[in-house]
Amino acid sequence: MIELKNISYQYQNGEQVLDDFNLTLEPGDKIGLVGPNGSGKTTLFKIIMGLLAPDEGEVIIFDQPREKEEDFIEVRERVGFMFQDSDDLLFCPTVEEDLAFGPLNLGKSKEEAKEIVQETLKLIGMEGFEKKVSYRLSGGQKRMIAFGAILAMQTEVLLLDEPFSGLDEDAIERMVGILNDTDRSYIIVSHNGELIERVTNKLYYMNE
Amino acid sequence: MININQGFAQGSSWVHQLDPRIKIITIFLLATVLAVGESIVMLLQALVFSSFLILSAKLDLKEVGKRLMVVNFFILGIWLFVPLTYPGEALFQVGPLSFSIPGVIYATKITLRSNAIMLGIIALLSTSTVSSLMQAMRYLYIPEKIVYLFFFVYRYVHVIWKEFNRLHDSMLMRGFKSETSLHSYRSYAYLIGMLIIRSYDRSRRVYEAMLCRGFRGEFHNLDELSFSSRDLKIFSGILFFISWIIIVEKGVFLV
Repeated sequence: MIELKNISYQYQNGEQVLDDFNLTLEPGDKIGLVGPNGSGKTTLFKIIMGLLAPDEGEVIIFDQPREKEEDFIEVRERVGFMFQDSDDLLFCPTVEEDLAFGPLNLGKSKEEAKEIVQETLKLIGMEGFEKKVSYRLSGGQKRMIAFGAILAMQTEVLLLDEPFSGLDEDAIERMVGILNDTDRSYIIVSHNGELIERVTNKLYYMNE
Repeated sequence: MININQGFAQGSSWVHQLDPRIKIITIFLLATVLAVGESIVMLLQALVFSSFLILSAKLDLKEVGKRLMVVNFFILGIWLFVPLTYPGEALFQVGPLSFSIPGVIYATKITLRSNAIMLGIIALLSTSTVSSLMQAMRYLYIPEKIVYLFFFVYRYVHVIWKEFNRLHDSMLMRGFKSETSLHSYRSYAYLIGMLIIRSYDRSRRVYEAMLCRGFRGEFHNLDELSFSSRDLKIFSGILFFISWIIIVEKGVFLV
């Protein structure tokens, strides 16, 4: 589904974060990426989503080479990317609108979107939060809603950047449960080696 | 002034239920008439009208008072200077200072005017949710860009405020004391500079996150606005009142 070939990426300050990097995600793959800070994990996700262009290498997603901005519109509709900071992801006044934002962009009707919102809230165990104001939630609640916002898009692939940080044990268990139940493929980045082993079937280490 | 907590937006009074389009039009008309109006009687009537809206909305009067304080703090400055500097017959004199009658009248008008407008805004706008106001603005053909600007300012003022507090706290934790010194000024300049850089970075990340969720430059709304017959009646009443204060202002009747 995702194929990265010989990707290199250099920051503007000259720092090389990815050098001849290769990664393949097949259907059913649940890949964990572990690596020190600054090893380019987030950069990798941004390259997959087309937010950054690699200096070298090939990005092939859903069997199509992706180079230009237009190529990535389809990618963004079929791959859900959960940002590290939930405040970047949640920008609507209420939880309901945040969860519906993706589905509405994908052309769902209002009724369908509302249904998805309900299903998602139930899935992440946060029923009754529809009308709550997003930014007044606690850090852990925000992260759960951000997770829900990505799930609500019903994409085939998920990219999760440090999804567990700031969650209490209950919420972690819920997220682990959801990830283990889903048949979607995903790539997950986390510092927590123990948790990442529980939710993945392939584990890669990235060096600096 | 942005109601950050949306605390007033919860409620079930008729003011809360009024169609947000009517609210925006009302506040626009009211503010225009009040801003150009000169008649004290008219301003007083408008103040009564705004207070009536506040009472009908059953808002926490203490909270309303707190918000009015901010405006009246500036008005205090006007009371300090305008009567002293405005030319005209003196009301009374304290030593070399003379308080002029036209100056006092002028300051009174400003006080009435701003309080009436503020009360109106609190009663009407803060009793609607931001998303419904956004939708109303779009119905009223307010340019999309302005609507989005309003929306993002609203959403991120809070985040930036928190960021400011975080940075400021970390300064205090490291023994920073605010005083009149170059070090102090420089530290504040760094703080503000950092805030701007962070806000810029955040805006980029937010936009990227929106792109990743399939955003293509168009917002979709979840709820529909509905214009009821009660809305129509109330709107007629409001229009009648605004016409009335224009008549009062124009002095068709002896004032």
